[in-house]
Amino acid sequence: MIRTESLSVRYGSRTVVRDVSLRLRCGRITAIVGPSGCGKTSFLLALNRMIDLVPGAAVAGRVLFQDVDVFDRRNSIAELRRRVGMIFQKPVPFPLSIRANIQLGLKEHGVRNRRDREAMMEQVLRDVGLWDEVSDRLDCLATKLSGGQQQRLCLARALALDPDVLLLDEPCSALDPVAAACVEKLITELSRNRAIAIVTHNLAQARRIADDLAVFWVRDGSGTVIAQGTAEEIFSRPPCPTVSDYLSGRTG
Amino acid sequence: MSEGGAFSRPGARFDRILGAVVWLAAGGIAAVLIWITGDTLQRGLSEVDIAFLTTEPTDAGRRGGIVSVVVSTLMILAVTLTAAVPLALGTAVFLADVSARWSAAAAVVRWSLDVLAAVPSIVFGLFGNALFCVVLGLGYSILSGGLTLACMVLPVMIRTAEQALRSVPAELRMNAAALGLRRTARLWHIEFPAAVPGMAAGLVLGIGRALAETAALIFTAGYATRMPTSVMDSGRALSVHVYELAMNVPMGDRRAAATATILMILVLCITSAASSLLHRRRIFRRSEA
Repeated sequence: MIRTESLSVRYGSRTVVRDVSLRLRCGRITAIVGPSGCGKTSFLLALNRMIDLVPGAAVAGRVLFQDVDVFDRRNSIAELRRRVGMIFQKPVPFPLSIRANIQLGLKEHGVRNRRDREAMMEQVLRDVGLWDEVSDRLDCLATKLSGGQQQRLCLARALALDPDVLLLDEPCSALDPVAAACVEKLITELSRNRAIAIVTHNLAQARRIADDLAVFWVRDGSGTVIAQGTAEEIFSRPPCPTVSDYLSGRTG
Repeated sequence: MSEGGAFSRPGARFDRILGAVVWLAAGGIAAVLIWITGDTLQRGLSEVDIAFLTTEPTDAGRRGGIVSVVVSTLMILAVTLTAAVPLALGTAVFLADVSARWSAAAAVVRWSLDVLAAVPSIVFGLFGNALFCVVLGLGYSILSGGLTLACMVLPVMIRTAEQALRSVPAELRMNAAALGLRRTARLWHIEFPAAVPGMAAGLVLGIGRALAETAALIFTAGYATRMPTSVMDSGRALSVHVYELAMNVPMGDRRAAATATILMILVLCITSAASSLLHRRRIFRRSEA
């Protein structure tokens, strides 16, 4: 679905991600793990060109989304980001109503008919299990929702655009365990017909939900992938002592 | 707690002294405001009646009312805002958002604004007279006056709007971008609404400056007291009327105070209306689909 070829990310003169070739497959969850500051988030930001918004960031190598180079100037960034959605660690609903939060993106991506938008909104709110909780206050401020509800709203907001790929940057780390479990279950369901990449520091979570695993590590001052493959394989037979120590919780 | 009590701490006295100074400063400010308002109202309010508000001035303002002056003032303000608000918003967006890649250009714009903000209003008057009245051939008119005032209020409006845009959390921008919203949509639907309270402050400051201005208007809008029929007519603003009555019309003092009273009430009404309107707009936006 989406893959990188020798992807490197630089901030000014500092290379934070070096030479990463990784593949996110449809129907599978790829967990990206590794210690803090090893370039996981920067890698994720490069995939849907959010990195363009970071001043001083430069990218080398290629990101291919359905075999199309996303950094090709001819391609629309807006369309890329519609199809490669992203969820951040801290849920940030727009300071608008719940309804506006979901429909803003739909409107911008050309769903002109109001009734269509309403139907799509209901569908995604049901998908994330929020409909019963908020259906009677769709015009209330989204920022008034609880943390877990906000994160599910952000998921719904991204889902409304029907993305093929979801990039999740520690989506559960700001949530309490109950809300986290709820979002985690949701991610598993969502992976059925899309590719999902999830950055997480929670190795137990990676073990629970990941199909594939990529371990990032800092080598010579910049982050790179030191192990990748199916989660089962890497958890049961770590390819090197660094990975085995990290996955068993002895380092990192 | 008494000095030297069981819980006293060295330095507690300084806290009290600082507290007193702070109270004194705040009280002093309030006292000045009350004094000015009280003095003006006391001398002017007795002159204000329905006739004063609804008739045109006669005998150089000694008799009659100020209706044409109020109308001129509002027309000048309308011209000022029509010209200044879009320019201010555009420049603010440039400085807050676009300028990251054009830092040299942004530095020039910022420097120009700082200089512009420091220019005395009489100089704006001369400049406005030369440019709008003479070069552009608009003559002494409400249009010339309004445009001159627009140049004058731009710095404060731009700076406050820029600050308001900058204070919009970066996360909001990132989240909007992650949904594939284009830059214009991001600005229009997310950043502007979030920045509205700060921008309202800039608008109010700008309106205040425009309504208070006298020097820049004498050379541009002129001081004709008849009712203006279009923006091409000369028109006398309230502040100019106060100045004329107080300085150039013998026995005009009471009328000057009465006009000043109306000016103050007008400033109060317009600024509070502007800020409440903008706040209401924001809440409306929030609930809109």
